Amino acid sequence: MSILVLADINDGQLASATAHVVAAAKAIGGDIDVLVAGEGVQAAAEAAAKLDGVSKVRVADNAVYAYQLAEPMGALLMELANGYTHVLASASTTGKNVLPRLAALKDVSQLSDVIGIEGADTFLRPIYAGNAIATVKSDDPLKVITVRSSAFDAVADSGSATVEAIDVVVENTQSSFVKEELAQSDRPELGGAKVVISGGRGMGNGENFKLLDGIADKLGAAVGASRAAVDAGFVPNDMQVGQTGKIVAPDLYIAVGISGAIQHLAGMKDSKVIVAINKDDEAPIFQVADYGLVGDLFDILPELESKL
Amino acid sequence: MKVLVAVKRVIDYNVKIRVKADHSDVDLTNVKMAMNPFCEIAVEEAVRLKEKGVATEVVAVTVGPKAAQEQLRTALALGADRAIHIETDARVESLAVAKLLAKVVDEEQPGLVILGKQAIDTDNNQTGQMLAALTNLPQGTFASEVVVDGDTVNVTREIDGGLQTVALTLPAIVTTDLRLNEPRYAKLPDIMKAKKKPMDVKTPADYGIEVASKVSLLKVESPAERKGGIKVASVDELIDKLKNEAKVL
Ligand SMILES: Cc1cc2nc3c(=O)[nH]c(=O)nc-3n(C[C@H](O)[C@H](O)[C@H](O)COP(=O)(O)OP(=O)(O)OC[C@H]3O[C@@H](n4cnc5c(N)ncnc54)[C@H](O)[C@@H]3O)c2cc1C
Ligand SMILES: Cc1cc2nc3c(=O)[nH]c(=O)nc-3n(C[C@H](O)[C@H](O)[C@H](O)COP(=O)(O)OP(=O)(O)OC[C@H]3O[C@@H](n4cnc5c(N)ncnc54)[C@H](O)[C@@H]3O)c2cc1C
Repeated sequence: MSILVLADINDGQLASATAHVVAAAKAIGGDIDVLVAGEGVQAAAEAAAKLDGVSKVRVADNAVYAYQLAEPMGALLMELANGYTHVLASASTTGKNVLPRLAALKDVSQLSDVIGIEGADTFLRPIYAGNAIATVKSDDPLKVITVRSSAFDAVADSGSATVEAIDVVVENTQSSFVKEELAQSDRPELGGAKVVISGGRGMGNGENFKLLDGIADKLGAAVGASRAAVDAGFVPNDMQVGQTGKIVAPDLYIAVGISGAIQHLAGMKDSKVIVAINKDDEAPIFQVADYGLVGDLFDILPELESKL
Repeated sequence: MKVLVAVKRVIDYNVKIRVKADHSDVDLTNVKMAMNPFCEIAVEEAVRLKEKGVATEVVAVTVGPKAAQEQLRTALALGADRAIHIETDARVESLAVAKLLAKVVDEEQPGLVILGKQAIDTDNNQTGQMLAALTNLPQGTFASEVVVDGDTVNVTREIDGGLQTVALTLPAIVTTDLRLNEPRYAKLPDIMKAKKKPMDVKTPADYGIEVASKVSLLKVESPAERKGGIKVASVDELIDKLKNEAKVL
């Protein structure tokens, strides 16, 4: 078996998700190569070379791969996939954007959001917002897989893989990058944080999310939100946790003013410990919470912040 | 410009699904079905493009059983002009759906194809991307804004870190995210009118596409149930539990 892992890049740096995808590759077994593609990605390539279990890092450093646009990335993967039995990427918005193109061009199915490995061809994946877990077997000659990174523990970074440059340059006349508006935050990223505190519609407005910030600062937590809070314009979309937002599985998840719709639960119910703060003692979120506190969040949050 | 919209019949998003006792699949007998929410957004976007005079015709297409015609009628009631039903009772995976849609794109030559970013049953999030690859067209996935300008389209995409805008040459494939628009409700007169709008019925064989997949479903299980815990009476008790019982502080 030989596996190619597509690395996630943020701002020229290797994203934390890749260490989790390599862990999934190790569970499949065989040789693991990592593809680092982008513009100015040397630092990311060096970081990828340290991931345990990686034998080779292949670096495609060219302006055409900047921002990892789907069209050139699909074409690049098509050039490189020969000889591999599996191609893996994280189920990030990049992995989801790029990998199905490879699958279609190779005339194979893609297995999305894999959370468990039963063997080289058999995998577990959630369906229906995580309300059922399917075991699927692929008889395709190439397995194209996106991996839910929160389901695999990151590999350590004590490895020393070789790094090789690849000079495949594809053409792209169909798409171009216009702009990016990225959230600026000193807090840990949602996907990797050990503690997440999320606010819902109950927060009332965006200003009130400051009540969560103080607690997040004390706990080193990332701040998330329900879709209702995002739709209402309290906070930006990248903070949404849930079936159609980010999937998180921190050690501690604190849901504040969130009712607990199945679409929200789909994004956080694998957290180790869940705390719910809600004024409605019938709110469904209490059915999954380890510790529920019934009361007004505007009283509870300041008290919690001062006592932590 | 013609706009093609792909819609899928799925379980209603409010329904809590159950796994069959023999673990062969989820039990969909007698559950309420509806148009995939992301597909409603796709239809809405297409209809708005028509209302703005950017699109001249909106064609809705689905792959699925006879009953999926209900969702096509919904699309017609919302403002699509005509519909194509590719009828099959088989379990059709994203790749086969994409192959069929590619044939339709070939025939219809739309300027824009709009799909949902994911279907809420299988949560695959791949059909649009596969269609783009098969038709060799550019893609703007997870769109929260779509602006057609001459022979290009600017798509603002919801990505993990925020928003990204890309410019694509037309024709192009777009998949919708939740905040692209708020779909309207179909009005009764429109529902009546929709019954008279044209609907073509085809089969995968008409397009020469084999829908069988090399992926088999071995079993379906319920996820480990999370047991509800306890209610604490105060902030002090909460902090104490988190420190001394759960040991996460
Ligand atoms: C296709 C689809 C995909 C979706 N994807 C997602 C997703 O990814 N993520 C997601 O979150 N949702 C998603 N949703 C939306 C989901 O169904 C719910 O609408 C949403 O999660 C509700 O958000 P909420 O809990 O913040 O709001 P509400 O359900 O309105 O709950 C607000 C809660 O705040 C409490 N509250 C109010 N004031 C106070 C106060 N002062 N003190 C304490 N508590 C208070 C209330 O008791 C209530 O329980 C999706 C829906 C669809 C159809
Ligand atoms: C465990 C399991 C059980 C299944 N059981 C059944 C079953 O009982 N019956 C059955 O018919 N299929 C079944 N399928 C197939 C499945 O429902 C999908 O048709 C297929 O996997 C496509 O994936 P998706 O809809 O998740 O695609 P996604 O990529 O998530 O869908 C994105 C978008 O693609 C478009 N699209 C997707 N499918 C269609 C379609 N059929 N027609 C038009 N547009 C479409 C829509 O715009 C949609 O919003 C099953 C699949 C699995 C994995």
